[in-house]
Amino acid sequence: MKKNNLITESADWTPELIQRYDEEISRIAKNYGLDTYPIQIEIINSEQMMDAYSSVGMPLGYNHWSFGKQFLQTEQRYRRGQMGLAYEIVINSNPCIAYLMEENTMTMQALVIAHACYGHNSFFKSNYLFQTWTNADAIVDYLLFAKQYISKCEQRYGIKEVEAILDSCHALMNYGVDRYKHPAHLSAEEESQRQKEREEYLQTQVNHLWSTLPIQPGEENTQKEVRFPPEPEENLLYFIEKNAPLMQPWKREVVRIVRKVAQYFYPQRQTQVMNEGWATFWHYTILNTLYDEGFVNDGFMIEFLQSHTNVISQPGFDSPHYSGINPYTLGFNMFKDIRRICEHPTDEDREWFPDIAGSNWQETLDFAMRNYKDESFIGQFLSPKLIRDLKLFCVLDDDREKDLEVTAIHDEKGYRQVRNMLAKQYDLSMREPNIQVHNVDLRGDRSLTLRHIQHDRRPLGKDTAEVIRHLTRLWGFAVKIESVNENGSVVNSNDDEDEDR
Amino acid sequence: MTQIIDRRINGKHKSAVNRQRFLRRFKDQIRKAVSDSVDTRSITEIDSGEKINIPTKDTHEPVFNHGPGGKRDAIHPGNKDFITGDHVARPPKGGGGSGSEASDQGEGEDEFTFQLSREEFLEFFFEDLELPDLIKTQLATVDDFKSVRAGFSTTGVPTNIDIVRSLKGALARRIALRTPFSRELHECEDELEALKATPDDEFKAKRILELENNVRRLKDRIATVPFIDTFDLRYRNRIMEPSPTTQAVMFCLMDVSGSMDEARKEMAKRFFILLYLFLNRTYENIEVVFIRHHTTAKEVDEQDFFYSRETGGTVVSSALELMHKIICDRFPTSDWNIYAAQASDGDNWEGDSPNCKSLLNDRIMPLLQYFAYLEIMPHNHQSLWHHYEEIMSQHRNFDMQSIDNANEIYPVFRKLFARKHV
Repeated sequence: MKKNNLITESADWTPELIQRYDEEISRIAKNYGLDTYPIQIEIINSEQMMDAYSSVGMPLGYNHWSFGKQFLQTEQRYRRGQMGLAYEIVINSNPCIAYLMEENTMTMQALVIAHACYGHNSFFKSNYLFQTWTNADAIVDYLLFAKQYISKCEQRYGIKEVEAILDSCHALMNYGVDRYKHPAHLSAEEESQRQKEREEYLQTQVNHLWSTLPIQPGEENTQKEVRFPPEPEENLLYFIEKNAPLMQPWKREVVRIVRKVAQYFYPQRQTQVMNEGWATFWHYTILNTLYDEGFVNDGFMIEFLQSHTNVISQPGFDSPHYSGINPYTLGFNMFKDIRRICEHPTDEDREWFPDIAGSNWQETLDFAMRNYKDESFIGQFLSPKLIRDLKLFCVLDDDREKDLEVTAIHDEKGYRQVRNMLAKQYDLSMREPNIQVHNVDLRGDRSLTLRHIQHDRRPLGKDTAEVIRHLTRLWGFAVKIESVNENGSVVNSNDDEDEDR
Repeated sequence: MTQIIDRRINGKHKSAVNRQRFLRRFKDQIRKAVSDSVDTRSITEIDSGEKINIPTKDTHEPVFNHGPGGKRDAIHPGNKDFITGDHVARPPKGGGGSGSEASDQGEGEDEFTFQLSREEFLEFFFEDLELPDLIKTQLATVDDFKSVRAGFSTTGVPTNIDIVRSLKGALARRIALRTPFSRELHECEDELEALKATPDDEFKAKRILELENNVRRLKDRIATVPFIDTFDLRYRNRIMEPSPTTQAVMFCLMDVSGSMDEARKEMAKRFFILLYLFLNRTYENIEVVFIRHHTTAKEVDEQDFFYSRETGGTVVSSALELMHKIICDRFPTSDWNIYAAQASDGDNWEGDSPNCKSLLNDRIMPLLQYFAYLEIMPHNHQSLWHHYEEIMSQHRNFDMQSIDNANEIYPVFRKLFARKHV
C-alpha cells in the first residue's frame, strides 16, 4: 500500500533534504528497535575524506610520517581512478560522528545515513566488545590529549626522536592490546592530571625492579633462577611501558598512547564481518521500508540497489578480482539468513538452530549483534543454506604435502568443518602469531626473551628481525625471540642478530 | 537529535604536516628521484610537479606476521566442481590462491609512487644547487599578478564603492521611478486648483475630496522611492593581470664534441634550467633556441641537443655566428629580450678564440641582455677562457664561471639576480 509520501525526486542533496531523510530513517530505525548514540553528520569533500582515511578514521591524530604515506597512497590511487573513496567514515564516539562525501548523490547520502548513522552506530553502542573495551564518550578528548602530548614531546625532544619511538610502537601496535583483561576507562582530563604523577610513580616502580645490583664478574650465579615476569605477558607494549629499565618517562607515555589507540581499534578488528554485515543489513532493510512507505521512488531504489549490489559482490576464488571473502557479503547474508530462519524456517533450520527457528527475528538479531564477535558469530550462526549459497569450501595447505587438499565442501559431511574453519579464520589470535614476553634476564644482561608459540608449524614472517630491532630500541637491551612448537621445545631462535642481516 | 555540519569550508590540508613528515623522512630517496627526473625532463617542463617512486622496502612498516610454510586451512567461496578429498596443484606464488593470507603482504608493487607538487619539486631541485633562500622563493612563486582597474561592476566590497557613480545611478533611478506618479500628481493638483476656482456644488465637494485623497496617495508613493538602493551601488572593478608582458628568447649553446661526456651535459642542463626558471619569472613568453656545435653549428630540438653525441674538433665561433644569424633573422631586439647561455668544456680550436672574442664584442654583446658562460672544467683553462675574461672586463652583462659541481652553478647568476634589485 503506497502512499504518496515522496520526499524528493532530486538527485542533488541539500542540508534540508538530508534532514528530511534522516527524520524518516530515524523513525524507521526506532521502530526496528535500533538503539543509537546521538548523531553528528559532517559533510566533507574528497580531500578531507582522504585526510580522514590517512588518520585511520581518528577525527584527530598525532602527526607521524606513516599517516602522510597513507595519505599519499590514497591520493595517488584515487587520482588514478584505481579506487573510489568510501562513501562514509563513521567514528565510534558519542555523539557518533559520520563523514559524508559532498560528491554523493541524494540517494547515496540516504544510504550512507542508514548504513553508518543507524547501522554502525547501534552496533558501536550495543555490541559487548565495544561496551567493554571502548569508551565512546572519552575518545575524542583522549585523542586531543594524545596529539597535544606528542607535539609537546616533539618540541622538547625533537621530531626525530619522537618519530623513532612512534615507529617502534607502531611495529608492535597489534601487540599492544589486552585480549582478555578489562581496561580502565580512559578520560582525557584524568589522563593529563594523572600523567605527571604516573610518570614519577612508574619510574620508582621500574627502579625498584632493577635495584638488585648486577652480578659482579667472576661471581657464580648460585641463586635460584627467578622468572620475570612470573606469568607470560601477551601485551608487549604494556610490558614495555611498565618494565623497560632505562626508558625516559615521556617515552613511556608515548608507548601508552599508542597502546590506548590500539586498544580502541581492537574491537573493530574483531567484528569486521558483524559490524559491516549489521550496517549493510540495516541500510537494506530501512531503505526498502522507506520505499514501501512511498518516501522514495523507483529511481532512488535502482540507484541504491546498484550500489548495494556492488558492496556485497563476492567474486569466486578463481576470479581475477578475488581477494578473500568479502566481509560485507558474509555479514549481510548471515543477518539476512538469521531473519529467514526466524521467519520461514525449514526442517534443516529446525535441526541446526532449534533455539532460533521460528523466533522473533528482531529480538534474535539484536541478541546476536550484542553478544558475539566475528569468530563466535560465524561459529554459531553460519547455516548450511548459506554455505551452499556461497559454495564455500575448505582447502588445506600443508607444506609437507605436494598438493593442496580440498578437505570439505558444501555437503552434509562438510558443513561443520567449513563453519569451524571459517570461524577460526576470523580469530585474530590465530591470524597473528602468538608472541608473549617469556623472560627477562634480571641478574644478567637484562635481555628480554619473547616466545612465539607455533601453531600448525607456521613460522614467523620476514619482518621479524626488523620488529625485534624496534623492540630492542624500546627495551634498551638485547631482545631474543624463540619459536616453540606444540610440544614445548624450542625449534628456532634468532638470538644471534647477525644471521638476520 | 541529528546534527548536520558542513565541514567543507574548514581548511583542507589537515594532513599537510604528515605529508611534510613523510617528505622529510624520505628526503634522500626523493632528492635522488628529483635529480633523475631533471635529467630526463625537458627544460621548459621543469616548472611542474613530478611523480616520485620510492622503493617499497624503505616505506614498509614491519609487523609480526606469519611467513609461508606450516599447515593452514583456508575457506574460499565459489566452489565449482571440487569434492572432498580432491588434490589440487599449489598455485604459483603471487596467484590469488592463498586468499586473504597473501593479500595483506602487499607484494604486488615494489615501488611506492606519489605525486610531488610543483613547489616541492622545485624545492628539492634548488636544494641541490644551493640557491640562497630568497632566490628560491622568487623563482618558485607563480607569476605575480597586477591588479588593474577595469570599469565598474554591480558587486564588490564596500571599500570599492564609487560614490559618484552610485549616486548618479540613484538619481536616475529616482527620476525614473517617480516620473509617472509626479505626472499624475501634477494633473491632480492642476485639476484641484481649477476646481477650487469654480462655484460650489455637490459634485465639486465630492470631487475635491477624491482629488485630495489622490494627491496624498501619490505623494506617499513618491516618498517611498528610496534615496539610494543597493541596486544603485557601483563598485570600482579591479581585475588581475599577469604583470610580465614582455617576451624573451633564450639561446642555449653547447659544445657537443667528443670531450663533453654525459655527466658534463647533465651539469650543463641544470645551468640552462636555472636560466630558464629565472627568465620564466620575468617574462611572459619565452622562446628557447638550442644550438649545438662541434666544428660546425646547428640549430636542433632539445632532444638532439642533450642526447645525441658527436665527435670531432671544436670551433666555438660557428655557434656564435649561427646565433647572430638567428637573432638578425627572427628576433629583432625591438621585440625581444635576448639571453644566451653557453656551456662548454673549454675546448676550442686554437686560432678560433680571438675570433669568438671579436664576434662577441662587436656584434653580439650589443644585442644581448645577458650572456652567461659556464665552463665545466675546474682547472687548466685554455685560450677560450682567457679571451672570454677580457670580454667580461668590458661588458657588465657578461658573466662566466668554471665549475666542477652542480652547486657552483649559481654564482654565475648572482650578477643577473643582483641586477634585478637595482
